[in-house]
Amino acid sequence: MMNKMLDFIPSLPVADWVETFMDLLTDNFASMFSFIQKWGKNSMESFTDLLLLIPPILFILIVAIIAFFATKKKFGLAVFTIVGLTFIYNQDLWKELMNTVTLVVFSSIIAIIIGIPIGILMSKSNVAENIIKPILDFMQTMPGFVYLIPAVAFFGIGVVPGVFASVIFALPPTVRFTNLGIRQVPKELVEAADSYGSTGWQKLYKLELPLAKSTIMAGINQTVLLSLSMVVIASMIGAPGLGRDVLSALQRAQVGNGFVAGISLVIFAIIIDRLTQSLNKKKY
Amino acid sequence: MEKIKVEHVTKIFGKHINAAMKLVEQKKSKTEILKETGATIGVYDANFTVNEGEIFVIMGLSGSGKSTLIRLLNRLIDPTNGNIYIDGQNISKLNKKELRKIRRDKMSMVFQNFGLFPHRTILQNTEYGLEIKGVPKEERRLKAEKALDNAGLLPYKDQYPSQLSGGMQQRVGLARALANDPDILLMDEAFSALDPLIRKEMQDELLDLQQRMKKTIVFITHDLNEALRIGDRIALMKDGEIIQIGTGEEILTNPANDYVRSFTEDVDRSKVLTVENAMIRPVSINVEADGPKVALQLMREEKVSVILAVDKQRNFKGYITANDALEASKRGERHLHGILRNDMQTVPPDTLIQDVLGPMSDSPTPIAVVENGKLLGVLIRGVVIETLSSSNGNGGVDDE
Ligand SMILES: Nc1ncnc2c1ncn2[C@@H]1O[C@H](COP(=O)(O)OP(=O)(O)OP(=O)(O)O)[C@@H](O)[C@H]1O
Ligand SMILES: [Mg+2]
Repeated sequence: MMNKMLDFIPSLPVADWVETFMDLLTDNFASMFSFIQKWGKNSMESFTDLLLLIPPILFILIVAIIAFFATKKKFGLAVFTIVGLTFIYNQDLWKELMNTVTLVVFSSIIAIIIGIPIGILMSKSNVAENIIKPILDFMQTMPGFVYLIPAVAFFGIGVVPGVFASVIFALPPTVRFTNLGIRQVPKELVEAADSYGSTGWQKLYKLELPLAKSTIMAGINQTVLLSLSMVVIASMIGAPGLGRDVLSALQRAQVGNGFVAGISLVIFAIIIDRLTQSLNKKKY
Repeated sequence: MEKIKVEHVTKIFGKHINAAMKLVEQKKSKTEILKETGATIGVYDANFTVNEGEIFVIMGLSGSGKSTLIRLLNRLIDPTNGNIYIDGQNISKLNKKELRKIRRDKMSMVFQNFGLFPHRTILQNTEYGLEIKGVPKEERRLKAEKALDNAGLLPYKDQYPSQLSGGMQQRVGLARALANDPDILLMDEAFSALDPLIRKEMQDELLDLQQRMKKTIVFITHDLNEALRIGDRIALMKDGEIIQIGTGEEILTNPANDYVRSFTEDVDRSKVLTVENAMIRPVSINVEADGPKVALQLMREEKVSVILAVDKQRNFKGYITANDALEASKRGERHLHGILRNDMQTVPPDTLIQDVLGPMSDSPTPIAVVENGKLLGVLIRGVVIETLSSSNGNGGVDDE
């Protein structure tokens, strides 16, 4: 009896609505999506090819040198980079690694390009903050592979929908931290900038962004790691890279291969994490 | 000439502003209004003018609306009501661009916690105002370096604010404001975060600077001694309202109400009050007309042992002691000229009490207060001390 009480509300066709909406989008913007798909695919493939042109030994050395200087001339990360990347090369996963690098680089950069302006908007307007915040919460509570559905609907399969899903998944930290960083600028400093007659842009460039920089960098670091964590999931819709090896090992229950591909991902993740963190050092 | 004019300016924070407005007009208190409407009275019906070259001090307890009032002057806060004129221009009516222009050219602000940008060097901080105005690089560097040099901080120009002490940071804050060469300086508790010695030094520097540059300065403090020390005029605020405006002396000698009086109780009056407030009516005698007998009679009547001597025009001539008068009268002298002494100290009426305390304790006679040769009054130890300790000087008109 009790169980049936709510049944007088007919089941709402929410799924249908969403589908109609998606159809609407795909129908009307089909040419745009296919343009992005083509253009994105081409540029990412050429980027990977470019990376592959660099001899692996040179690549490893360059990254190690960057790591050495970025960590204030300490050897730890540099040595780890050499050992780790050499291991990946040794396991014959170099091409996959480069595909993964491309995926991470593209999705992070796009997420940052979209995320920072949204974060700035949020910090400047309480209305915008109130609207965007719940959307970000929603985005972050969704499991990452949910984004594969619209990605596939818009772009089919391959690397472009992979990046699309990664961008959505990895966007929130950059937005949040940009907003936070700007709102944390002390009121007296904002007043000082205003009292000298700064325009909004001058205030942003000369005061707020520089002071928010380390907070924003912390957000970017998270965004990069999140987009890396999407690599395996994106491989479910055909994005190339280390994720695909993990996935296929999973599907065929090949523990050994899975472990190797997995550990390669972890190595890559650690290098990226430490590098982006050490770029974020204070000078004052 | 008046530089700033504030007319019926009110600022109410929060919603239900109209409801709050009605309640203030009914003389409800700030807390009652907050409870009933949720709105806070920041400033209510402020009216004052600041003259060119004046140091105008706004004083009041925490939360009395001082910061709100000063921020209304450059419109970091927009007024709810009223008009503010800078050089006759109504700034409450300016659009953003015009307002920026006024802020860039006419007034600079100095902040309690210095407001220096931590990511910029001292030089870059000092250049800030010029930089956003678009002054060419070389020119602004020269101007900023000059301002730093005047503050004695040029050697530190490439350091960051966190590397400097508080006093030095505030000097940079002041240099940054001055580099812009504004007519008006707005200083919100600019010295409150400094320790007492540095603070006094900075006050002296400000006074010194004012001597040289003749800026119009609006200075906020919650310290009456500071207000009295640097202010040409002082406005006293309570709960968003200005309750008295006047010179330090006027506020001390003639407080508008008990609140002001209580505020002024623990002040070192000797540094503010002039001898005019402590002098009493002199017992005097006309040396040209009167003789020793009259002098003795007067001294007996007034119960004094010394009488001051003046001529017909009340020009101060000296004094006569009771002993001398008695002797003279015994000798049968008719005139006072023979026994007139003229070693009495005189001071002009605008001398600070502080400056006569020393001489007074050394001197055997009272001190005469004389202006343009005319005798105005006399200073007696007991009365001076009493003036210093009472909460309203006997020179002022009592409103009780
Ligand atoms: N932005 C604001 N929003 C709401 N209320 C405010 C705001 N700014 C100030 N107030 C209120 O206005 C009143 C006056 O504040 P104001 O900062 O001007 O005081 P003050 O005299 O400068 O105090 P202090 O000596 O502590 O600096 C206070 O009751 C304060 O709570
Ligand atoms: Mg204040």
